[in-house]
Amino acid sequence: MIEVRNLTKKYGDKVAVNNISFKVEKGEILGFLGPNGAGKSTTMNMLTGYISSTAGQVLIDGTDILEDPKKAKANIGYLPEIPPLYIDMTVDAYLSFMYDLKKCKLPRKAHIKDVCNLCKIEDVRGRLIKNLSKGYRQRVGLAQALINNPPVLILDEPTVGLDPNQIIEIRTLIKKLGKRHTVILSSHILPEIQAVCDRIIIINRGEVAADGTADEIAKNITNKHKMTLRIEGPTHTADDKKLIAGAIRNLAGVKYVRADMEREKGIYDYDVETDGKTDVRRAINKLCNEKGWNILMLQLSDLTLEDIFLKITMDEGFDRNEISGRKSKPKISIKAGENGKLRAEQEADEPETFGEDMTDEDTAAEEEAVSEEETAGEAETADGEESAAENEESNGGEE
Amino acid sequence: MLAIYRREMGAFFTSGAAYVFLTVFWLVSGIFFFNGVIAAGTTDTSVMFNSMFIIVMFLIPILTMKLLSEEKKNKTDQGLLTAPISLWDIVLGKYFAALTLFIIAESIVFIYAFILNYFGNVIWSTLIGNYFAMLFLGAAFIAVGLFISSLTENQMASAVVCLVVLFVIYLSEMLVVNFANGNFAKRVLYKIVTTLAFYSRYTDFTRGVFSLPSIVFFLSTAFLFNFFTVKVLEKRRWS
Repeated sequence: MIEVRNLTKKYGDKVAVNNISFKVEKGEILGFLGPNGAGKSTTMNMLTGYISSTAGQVLIDGTDILEDPKKAKANIGYLPEIPPLYIDMTVDAYLSFMYDLKKCKLPRKAHIKDVCNLCKIEDVRGRLIKNLSKGYRQRVGLAQALINNPPVLILDEPTVGLDPNQIIEIRTLIKKLGKRHTVILSSHILPEIQAVCDRIIIINRGEVAADGTADEIAKNITNKHKMTLRIEGPTHTADDKKLIAGAIRNLAGVKYVRADMEREKGIYDYDVETDGKTDVRRAINKLCNEKGWNILMLQLSDLTLEDIFLKITMDEGFDRNEISGRKSKPKISIKAGENGKLRAEQEADEPETFGEDMTDEDTAAEEEAVSEEETAGEAETADGEESAAENEESNGGEE
Repeated sequence: MLAIYRREMGAFFTSGAAYVFLTVFWLVSGIFFFNGVIAAGTTDTSVMFNSMFIIVMFLIPILTMKLLSEEKKNKTDQGLLTAPISLWDIVLGKYFAALTLFIIAESIVFIYAFILNYFGNVIWSTLIGNYFAMLFLGAAFIAVGLFISSLTENQMASAVVCLVVLFVIYLSEMLVVNFANGNFAKRVLYKIVTTLAFYSRYTDFTRGVFSLPSIVFFLSTAFLFNFFTVKVLEKRRWS
């Protein structure tokens, strides 16, 4: 449906997008992920023909966007970062204008009504766009993209400015749309991408850093295995920390254990890292059983998209002096994974993340940030990678 | 093109620009009508049309200032440029919307003619001739204004630059009027300016000369500047 070949965009000397190639099949939901200024929006603008590429090709349903723009653009519904709304028009008038602009042949009233229903903007149809809140404007923007039922939908950060309920609604909507349309979605909200997309492309510094499903990318990025445990010790004092950390450290396959903050009164969290080959969860359970400790929480934290994202975007940064092997080969092939176990565990992990972000995403993100900070704060582990991770986190938060 | 035309017409009236434009146009042209025709006790409308060059010059920038500059500022151009239409559709849609409003405004002269009808015989040939002359003049100036609007994101800048450009066009002939018998460089400048003269071409009509070359001149100016506008939009995409 969409084919991108060696797409490059240069602004003067600055390379915004460098040699990107990918394909999106019909009915696929593709997530575009990348830090600020990575080239997401530039790529999307090139896909939709808003700006031209310096080199390379974009084929929409086999039609080159620069050679036959009218035909190619007729297949695209585009929601840019800032929805292109005329604020002095009513929603109805605006959608009607877009209907004309896109030379839509579907029955006008029924089609606009359908689109409004889909985006839940029926009740504001008569209002001026300038009087609408950001969330409603975003939805009108989405409605505009849906007019004429384009087979390809390109959405640049569609959930920005929406409240958590609306975010869930829009995500569900996008998922629904993904059944009939090919969707490309950009976001820097990781759980969102994870919840909605079939496939993820991570863009960093204008290049494709990873391409595949979350699991596939995860498998290729890290073979380490991390988890967070919350164990109730016998004494409910700081002495537990040493005792429990020491006991876990002695298990086979555990590479590294660190006692974390006191999360509940007298109960501590432990970050455990394994060699990635051994599944130590059962062993830990057994250990706690024997000692009479209680496991209150066990969370596999190795394969969250956050980690992958940070890892990839950071590694690119560290590339130049640290990991020279990857520099020559920034693209990670999808099928290269070999560790079957890792994958199975990730699948078990996924619904949990899903549920978490559905209910209270902001809090989850905050917690993440906090724990990240603490990690960096502890002298034990605060190497360059961690603090860079923290920076990434706070950058993301600011935006 | 039609969609953009319709939206632009609607925007003229919802934003109030149309009301300002029409009010000022009709008010000032009414003054010219009274002074030049009624008070002078004539039914020849040429004097009025001659003065109306000033209104056209001052009001066209108001009409064109936001046509493209605001699209760029509000990023609504993203919607237009990613829609399955050509750049010509966008430019011409906006151009004809502005032109339509201009035609509505200048058609007030027919009401004046109606009033004159009670005082004596209206000289229809000059009236119609002048009406079209003004239409072509407006067509050329709107294209210039639209082009200037495409160059900036700022409405005010667009309006001011447009006004200055039209003013220079107006004044240029008077500035070089002594150059006709000067040295070679002066004569060349004189020749160029008088060939490109908007004002004297327009006033020729008010003297009753309906010259085809002038019509062609105005129309080609309109085409040329619309073409430039399209190129500006295209260039923005490629840079």
